[in-house]
Amino acid sequence: MTPDQIFVTFAGLAAAVGVAWFFWFKRSEGVKASTVSDGYQEVMILVKGGYTPDTIRVTAGRPVRLLFRREETAACSEQVVLPDFGKSAALPTGTVVPVEFMSGEPGEHEFTCQMGMLRGRILVEAS
Amino acid sequence: MEAATSNATMTDTTTMGVTDMDATLSPLLKRDLQPATAAPVDASPTEDRRAEYRTLMRKWWFGAAVGVPTMVLSYPWLIPGLRDVFPRDSEQLWWLWAAMGVASLAVIVYSGSQFFTGAWEALRHRSANMHTLIAIGTGTAWIYSTVALLFPQLFPSAAMTDVYYDVTVVVTALVVLGMAMEVKARGRTSEAIEKLIGLQPKTARVVRAGVETEIPVEAVVVGDIVVVRPGSKIPVDGIVVEGASAVDESMITGESMPVAKGADDEVIGATMNTTGSLRFRATKVGADTALATIVRMVGDAQASKVPIQRIVDVVSGYFTPTVVILSILGFVIWYDFGPAPAFTYATIVAVTTLIIACPCALGMATPMSLTTGVGLAASHGILIRSGDALQAAKKLDTIVLDKTGTITVGRPAVTDVVPRPGFEIEDILAFAAAAERDSEHPLAAAIVDGATERGLTPLQPVRFEAVPGHGIRAWIGERQVLVGKQAFLESAGIDVAALETDAARLADEGKTPVFVALDDQAAGVIAIADPVKSDSRAAIAALRKLGLQVVMITGDNRRTAEAIASRVGVERVLAEVLPQDKAHEVRKLQLEGRTVAMVGDGINDAPALAQADVGFAIGTGTDVAIEASDVTLISGSLHGVVSAIEISRATMRNVYQNLFGAFVYNGIGLPVALGVLYPFLGLLLSPILAALAMSFSSVTVISNANRLKRFRLQEVSA
Repeated sequence: MTPDQIFVTFAGLAAAVGVAWFFWFKRSEGVKASTVSDGYQEVMILVKGGYTPDTIRVTAGRPVRLLFRREETAACSEQVVLPDFGKSAALPTGTVVPVEFMSGEPGEHEFTCQMGMLRGRILVEAS
Repeated sequence: MEAATSNATMTDTTTMGVTDMDATLSPLLKRDLQPATAAPVDASPTEDRRAEYRTLMRKWWFGAAVGVPTMVLSYPWLIPGLRDVFPRDSEQLWWLWAAMGVASLAVIVYSGSQFFTGAWEALRHRSANMHTLIAIGTGTAWIYSTVALLFPQLFPSAAMTDVYYDVTVVVTALVVLGMAMEVKARGRTSEAIEKLIGLQPKTARVVRAGVETEIPVEAVVVGDIVVVRPGSKIPVDGIVVEGASAVDESMITGESMPVAKGADDEVIGATMNTTGSLRFRATKVGADTALATIVRMVGDAQASKVPIQRIVDVVSGYFTPTVVILSILGFVIWYDFGPAPAFTYATIVAVTTLIIACPCALGMATPMSLTTGVGLAASHGILIRSGDALQAAKKLDTIVLDKTGTITVGRPAVTDVVPRPGFEIEDILAFAAAAERDSEHPLAAAIVDGATERGLTPLQPVRFEAVPGHGIRAWIGERQVLVGKQAFLESAGIDVAALETDAARLADEGKTPVFVALDDQAAGVIAIADPVKSDSRAAIAALRKLGLQVVMITGDNRRTAEAIASRVGVERVLAEVLPQDKAHEVRKLQLEGRTVAMVGDGINDAPALAQADVGFAIGTGTDVAIEASDVTLISGSLHGVVSAIEISRATMRNVYQNLFGAFVYNGIGLPVALGVLYPFLGLLLSPILAALAMSFSSVTVISNANRLKRFRLQEVSA
């Protein structure tokens, strides 16, 4: 092996490991939903190439209201689905769409676009 | 269903304008404050989609306009006339390529911007998608070409300094075209729901203060008397108070024959009145109408997930980063072991790998078929609640039909009254009717109607005791009346032996014998029969043709049940089942290892519907949101069940085809792009072909889903 081949090999392997770590092994802490006066735990989620914030922490057993606001026209994100809660909503561009559900037992749930390309997590924590 | 579902609150997709955003955050502005007559139907993203399509098409034309000359001019030495004008290593060629570099940058900025912004947004969320792959692929090709053009001295051989601007431009253009076609095809998959929304009439004629006025349909309130002229649409749901007509309900129920309507009949909003005039009292308006509920249910079902997609979701979560890793490894292997110029080959392989991978085909495979299938079902008056129901319906092997209202019309009528010597027909009928007049049992209504038809007025009982599923005991004036099954009278110590022969004969004719005792004396038998629906036999034959074992469940005695079963061609009968035991019988069938569907009316049969693997509520009219059912059939025909199962199977077949296609495409495309064929056949895929294949694969998935719309239901003739 020539020096450049050795360099490319190591750099490539490092890049591959870096990609795996970046996408799979680092998770954000998430945003804690704030409780509003009607008792709902509310979070505003921006839909643009992904969900911001994409990790929502809520307290178990209390109602949750996620307010989705889509700011793009890419067809990918026009639906949001919360399969574990049996909820879904169409998200017209530039409109705030509330999705309400009971947080239920502590655990982790996903919300995605219909094709599963954009993903977010709801972490239900014990109160 | 997940446990969490049961305690979920309402599905609320109330929408508000951008300017209301701050107000939305205020808990005061809630759904409750909206008027009850709010527009029934959510704004659909059709307009968004049209705009998106137009933008993408403009981007495609720009990309194509630059792409064609770029393709030709990238290899001028291959083209006779150009060979002399732009010879290799000439200054003219350098300038030509430089111009192409600028033009392709313009394509990246205009046509391909969404790939880069999309990739960046995804990266910020630590995720990767199609945009990531295309952005890295086209970006790499452009950077490589530009470096080769500006700093050729960095490359050891001249052969490595060819440019690949054509890859950047053509790949961008083709993928954009693919996206445009995808947007268009996605629009088609949701046509069904848009068609439903379009059924909603705009205005209604109502009587206000004695005057007939035309008002917007949103202004109709419950209790309004609505006037429907011949040939006009029925605006909201209601009950006819006056007039007679035939109404074409095909758009809602899927039933092609117009239905006769008279006083006290239910009319469904958005159906078409034919020749007569009707006046009806509005009972459901706005978001409560059958149409609005159907639109909501179809929308929810289309957005739900087929269970198999959970597996796909896991795969697609790992897919895109895996492709990036594969392309890096491909680069390394080609650099280390590939032919010279290694760097060029390695770059091409890495770029091709990124471009051929199609996470979209994988992601769209299931939702597209589901959306089309659920929409197709809705156009036949079949409301499939969720992807779970669809997948379960495919696996069915047994179908349990509730007799009353499903196989039969559900309106039993008195056919015979056989008195014991010493008793009068009129007495038996009149006292039985008096006993049953406050009962809700369907047979009770038949007896009361039978008495009324014969000019008898049932007396008011002093008191009565109903024993559900068995009979009723009532005290009328001085007399005590028992009406019910043979066992019920016997348990009260009444000797019914004298009635047994008649009862047996009636039962053999498929009629239900009801025993009547007056003052502890067996008085006679009333025979009640519920006529079999004209198309039941054909529908049951069709169900058997689908490979299902058909089971009839009924509270009737075995003889009656078997007489009807043999008439309609049912092989297995569960007779004398009490209403509360129906769910238990379904459970017993499931314990036999069967996957069981239950077809019933959604109210009495609710527990059995819920117990079954798939519950079909049949003939629900405007009451479409039956909680216990997985599938609601708006019309009363059993053919709906046949169609529902056929559509579910076709949809699931489509889902599997799409998933198979998507997996096979990526499973073959990725290794080929990585060059596994090169050592054997010397074959290496060009990035441009990869882009073509990639665009084609996602369009194929959607086209296959759209093919479902042309699915023909099995013709069942009565």
